[in-house]
Amino acid sequence: MIESLEDLNEIAQKKLCAQGDCEDEIRVCIGSSCASLGSEDLSKEIAQKMEQEGLQKRCRVKGVGCNGLCSEAILVSHQKKGATSEDLYTNIEASQADDFIALLQNKKDLKEKLYDLQQAFFFKQKKIVLENAGYIDPNDIEDAIAHGAYQALFKVLDTMEPKDVLDEIKQSGLRGRGGGGYPTGLKWESVAKVHSDTKYIICNGDEGDPGAFMDRAVMEADPHKVLEGMSIAGFACGASQGFIYVRAEYPIAVEKLTKAIKQARKYGLLGKNIGESGFSFDIDIRLGGGAFVCGEATALIASIEGGRGNPRQKPPHLSDHGLFAQPTVLNNVETLANIAPIIQKGAEWFKNIGIPSSTGTKVFALTGHIKNTGLVEIPMGMSLRELVYDVGGGASGEKAIKAIQTGGPSGGCIPEEHLDISVDYDSLKKIGSIMGSGGLIVMDESSNMVEVARFFMDFCRSESCGKCVPCRVGTTELTDLLDKFVAKKASKSDYELLKNMCEVVKESSLCGLGQTAPNPVLSTLKYFEEEYLEGIADD
Amino acid sequence: MLPTNDDRYKMVEKTMKKLGYERSALIETLHTAQETFGYLEIDALKMIAKRLRLPYSKVYGVATFYHFFRLKPKGEHTVVVCTGTACYIKGANEILDKFEKKFGIKAGETTSDAFVSLLSARCVGSCSLAPVVIYDNKVAGKLTSQDALDKLEETLS
Repeated sequence: MIESLEDLNEIAQKKLCAQGDCEDEIRVCIGSSCASLGSEDLSKEIAQKMEQEGLQKRCRVKGVGCNGLCSEAILVSHQKKGATSEDLYTNIEASQADDFIALLQNKKDLKEKLYDLQQAFFFKQKKIVLENAGYIDPNDIEDAIAHGAYQALFKVLDTMEPKDVLDEIKQSGLRGRGGGGYPTGLKWESVAKVHSDTKYIICNGDEGDPGAFMDRAVMEADPHKVLEGMSIAGFACGASQGFIYVRAEYPIAVEKLTKAIKQARKYGLLGKNIGESGFSFDIDIRLGGGAFVCGEATALIASIEGGRGNPRQKPPHLSDHGLFAQPTVLNNVETLANIAPIIQKGAEWFKNIGIPSSTGTKVFALTGHIKNTGLVEIPMGMSLRELVYDVGGGASGEKAIKAIQTGGPSGGCIPEEHLDISVDYDSLKKIGSIMGSGGLIVMDESSNMVEVARFFMDFCRSESCGKCVPCRVGTTELTDLLDKFVAKKASKSDYELLKNMCEVVKESSLCGLGQTAPNPVLSTLKYFEEEYLEGIADD
Repeated sequence: MLPTNDDRYKMVEKTMKKLGYERSALIETLHTAQETFGYLEIDALKMIAKRLRLPYSKVYGVATFYHFFRLKPKGEHTVVVCTGTACYIKGANEILDKFEKKFGIKAGETTSDAFVSLLSARCVGSCSLAPVVIYDNKVAGKLTSQDALDKLEETLS
C-alpha cells in the first residue's frame, strides 16, 4: 500500500535499483502493429534464450507499448548500460531471437537493421502524452512508478486545493484533444461549481474515427497516465467515481487498462482515502459496441447507461445533467494524459510549447500514402508541410501527394498547396477542416476525391443513429447522389442539389455526427470542384 | 425453457450480479453473453431481459444497435476485412469484393454450410499495416488482393 509520497518514491527507487543490477535492457514493441507480426513471442523467446545462455543478469527484456514508427515493425531497441540513447532496430522478424543473443554476446551486429535516430521523424517530435510509450512495461505498475507515474497525484493531494488544480489547468491553456477543442479547465470548473454529492469523470476511449489509433496507443502503452489524469480530474471537480468507455474492438487496450486499474487499487492509488488524504476515487471500465455516434457526449452517456447510443438535445449540458443525471466531466484519453505532466511541470512550462491559442502538443496517426506511417506527437503550430514531409517522410510511392485529410468523417480534405498552414485548432477550421482527434490520412495523385467523399458519407450513413430526420435521410440521399457522381451519371441539377443538401444536413441535424457529415463533401467541393464537374453527364 | 443449470448462463448471471442487476448493466451483460455463447441467441436475450427487468424490445433494440453484437452464430472460420480509411485508400474494397465473389455472400454473412463468416470492420487500429485482413484472429497486413486470396486459401485449408 502506498500511503505517502515517500512510499511512492521508495517503490520507484527500489525498482530503479533492481533494474540497475542489469547492464542492458532490450525493449520489444508489443503495440498493435508489432504484435500482429508476432513480437510478443519474440520477446518471450529472447528472454528464454537469455536464460539458457546465462545472460539474464546482463540484460533484461521487456515488452513495451508503441514507439510510433509502426511502418518499420517489428521494433526492438537495445539500451546499453550508461548510454544516453538507445539503438533502435527496425523491420525485425519474429524469428530473429537468436540474433539478439548473438548481439549481446558481441558475436554479431545488426547494423543493417539499425535505424538512424537523428532523422526528422524523431527529432522534430515533442513527447508529452507519449513520453513513456516505448519505454515502460504497461503490465507493471512499478515500472510506471519508476518513470514518474502518480507523482502529480501526490503533488495534488499533498500541496494543492481543488481550486489550485483548476487554476493550473485553466492557465495551461489545454484544450480538448478529442477534436472539439473546448478549454479543459473551463469544462472542469463548470462541474466543480455545481453542488452535488455524486459527480462523474468519464474518459472517452471510443475512438471510432476510422484511420485513427492515437488513444488506443496511449491506453495500451501507458494506461496509468490516463488513470492518474482521471484521479486528478476527480479531485479538482469533487467526483469520486470515474468510467473509461472503451471500444470492445480494442481488446489489448481493455486488457491493459483492466490490469492497470487492478494494480492501482492494490497499491492504494485508486479506492478509498488515497494516500491518507481523505480523497477517494475509483474507476470502472465500460465497453462500447462499435458505434461511431457514441463519440458524441450524450450518446456515449446513453450507452454507459445501458441503452442505444442515441444523442439528445443540449442543454441541459453534462455539467448539470450528465451520467445518471449527475454532473459529469467527459474528456478524451489524450486530454487526460496531458494532466499529470501539466501538474508536475507547471502551466508555464506547458504554455511554452505550441502557440498561444493552442498550447502543448498533438498526437497524430499518420496513414495512407506516406512513408513513415505510425504515431507521432508534435508541438502545435508546426506547419502541415513539416509534419507530412519531414516527420512523415513524404509520399510513400512515386506519385506526388495530392491532399491530406484530417478529422475523419467529420473533417475535411486539405489540398497540397495549403499545407503551409499551422497545425492548430483555429487555422485548420479556417480552411474548412478540423483538428479532429488526430487521424491524418495522406492521399497521392491516384486518389479520386469524389470517391473519398463518398466513402466518408457512406460511413456516416451507416453510422447515423436514425433519431433525427436530416441525418438519417440526408446522409442516405447524399450517398446516393455521390454514387451518381462517381459513376459519372450526375446532372447539373444533381450538382446544385448536392450543395444544397449539404447545407441542410449541416444546419439542421441534432448532433455533431450529422452536423459535420457534409464536411468531407464541402471541402472537396471547395478544392477539387473539377472532379465533381467531370462526373456530370450532359443533359 | 432456459437451461439454467448451463454453466454458460452462470457466467452471464455473474456479470449481472456484479453490477447489481441495474438496468445500466445491459450492455456489459450482452458482452459477457456474446463472449460465452459466441453470439447472442434469442433465448439468452429473453433471459437477460427478465433478469434486468427490462422489456425484451429494449434488449433487442440495444443488441441490434451496436455493430459488435451478433445475433447469428459465426462460421467455422472468420475473415474480417478492415474497411477503415487507411485500408480503403490502399485498396481494401478490392479485397472485400474478391472475397464476396469467392463465397457468393456479402460482408456480415456466413456461408450456408457455416464454414466461413465474412465480416468487414470499421477500423481495427492497425492503420500502418493497411490494408489489413484478420484471418481467424491473426492479423495480416500490407496485402495485395492476390496476397489476400492466397492467405485465405491457407486459412481455409
